[in-house]
Amino acid sequence: MSALLETLLETKGLKRHFGGLWAANGVDLKVKEFEVHALIGPNGAGKTTLIHLISGGLLPNEGGITFSGIDITRQSMHGRVALGITRSYQITQIFPHLSLLENVRLAVQARHRDWGSSFRFWRPASADFPMLEEAEDWLGRVGLAEKAGALACDVSHGEQRALELAMALATRPRLLLLDEPMAGMGPEESAHMANLIASLKGTQTVLLVEHDMDIVFRLADRVSVLVAGRIIASGAPDVVREYPEVRRAYLGDELQ
Amino acid sequence: MKAHHRHGIQLEIGLLIFAAALPLVLQALGEDYYISFTTRLLIFALAATSLNFVVGYGGMIAFGHAAFFGIGAYVVALLMAADVTSAWIAWPLALCGAALAALFIGAISLRTRGVYFIMITLAFAQMIFYTIISLKSAGGDDGLPLEQRSSLTPFNLANDATLYWVTLAVLAACLIALKRLAASRYGRALAGLRQNEARMEALGYPVHRLKLVCFVIGAAVAGLAGALLANQNGLASPSQLYWTQSGMLLVMVILGGVGQRYGGIVGAIALLGLEEALSQVTEHGHLYVGIALLLVVLYAPRGLAGLRVHQR
Repeated sequence: MSALLETLLETKGLKRHFGGLWAANGVDLKVKEFEVHALIGPNGAGKTTLIHLISGGLLPNEGGITFSGIDITRQSMHGRVALGITRSYQITQIFPHLSLLENVRLAVQARHRDWGSSFRFWRPASADFPMLEEAEDWLGRVGLAEKAGALACDVSHGEQRALELAMALATRPRLLLLDEPMAGMGPEESAHMANLIASLKGTQTVLLVEHDMDIVFRLADRVSVLVAGRIIASGAPDVVREYPEVRRAYLGDELQ
Repeated sequence: MKAHHRHGIQLEIGLLIFAAALPLVLQALGEDYYISFTTRLLIFALAATSLNFVVGYGGMIAFGHAAFFGIGAYVVALLMAADVTSAWIAWPLALCGAALAALFIGAISLRTRGVYFIMITLAFAQMIFYTIISLKSAGGDDGLPLEQRSSLTPFNLANDATLYWVTLAVLAACLIALKRLAASRYGRALAGLRQNEARMEALGYPVHRLKLVCFVIGAAVAGLAGALLANQNGLASPSQLYWTQSGMLLVMVILGGVGQRYGGIVGAIALLGLEEALSQVTEHGHLYVGIALLLVVLYAPRGLAGLRVHQR
């Protein structure tokens, strides 16, 4: 089925070095529309660097990125968000002293990208009912409706991660970059987050960096394996799992 | 919660009535000098509030606010020297002059952060200070006296009490605007920016532009305060532009409460009130002011206005 879908994101020969270390050493990656695409690889393989290169947090030394047919290689982070690329972070990035609802409302407000939106100085934001309702909807989708009024710093780590997902979704991205969304979670919270991501399947394009192989093979439509700054294999989970270099480079320790 | 809210508004109205009645009381007591003194208090309260908007709401530690305060005063004085006496023309121009300077200074300074931002705003302010004192037409070191107060027809500003009431009205209007602003989309975006700038950028907010607008609004209000001070002093003085003035406004903000709506007002009243009271009894007033600041920073980090909880 995925062969019929269009390529949304493509990187060609992406290179980025830090001093003498090539964190990205010619990355060729294709993410198709509406697939959940998992990016796996051992520690230090350059997964987070690649996410930064795609989101615009870092610029590549060589190579190019196209998104929906547009060359975004030199595009600013702000410009990429406008095109529909949103990322979540390994470390929770929220507004700690605002309510959950206000956190999501700010994400909804960000999406109204016309000059006027955040430069309205007089009308109270709390009178923007459609905006508030939409924020409530997103909170409900990640199961946080009942905590809407709580301060973000007062809820559990798992709830903060779910909040962050709601904020990312509220920007209505065409491509959602999730960098280890289960990091630091207990088994119960992880399962909840995995269900949330599973609920996006088929409607939302996701590029997911994740360590837990069970979750990757359950959630992903396709998997790419990054080793030492290069993609060494890409394809359906069952196919990728059988690649000898994948078993050696990455799955090896799990099979023992 | 609602009841608390209503209680807050009642208190605000009560204080406003008290402040409006004050000149009449002082006149009845024969203490006319204190009308000028309290006008000065209100003008500094306005200037400190404008800085608090930049520091406390916008999260930018600007150390050159005196430049905008001073520009406002010099615009009024220079226009007066050119026979433009109408406040209806001169005051808006003072406001615009300060805003324009802030647009230029902010656009450059906001490319830096933290200590560098503090230093670059200080450097720009000092450049403006040295430029103005080197201008003969601006009176050099002596400053530029005003022949008379601006004419704000139909009000007669030559009357001290009238100037007081006009200042009070400007301050009250600014506070109402500040309250609205804080709750608006723009104000909420500033709140997000203060807490997590990187996240705001990742959400796609035009961070640089949001901060620049905040910086310019703060400067514009400072310019208006400067115009009022020139009228109150009968002089646009270089000291109003000097870096110690920026420092004094920052001290007021810290004393009163960074990011507290009434922080600027409480800080200005506390600092100028303390100086005035101490000047009657000792020559070492600044020492005690320093001690007071130290105590506030150590024991009331949210400032004097922050001692009343639930305020923001």
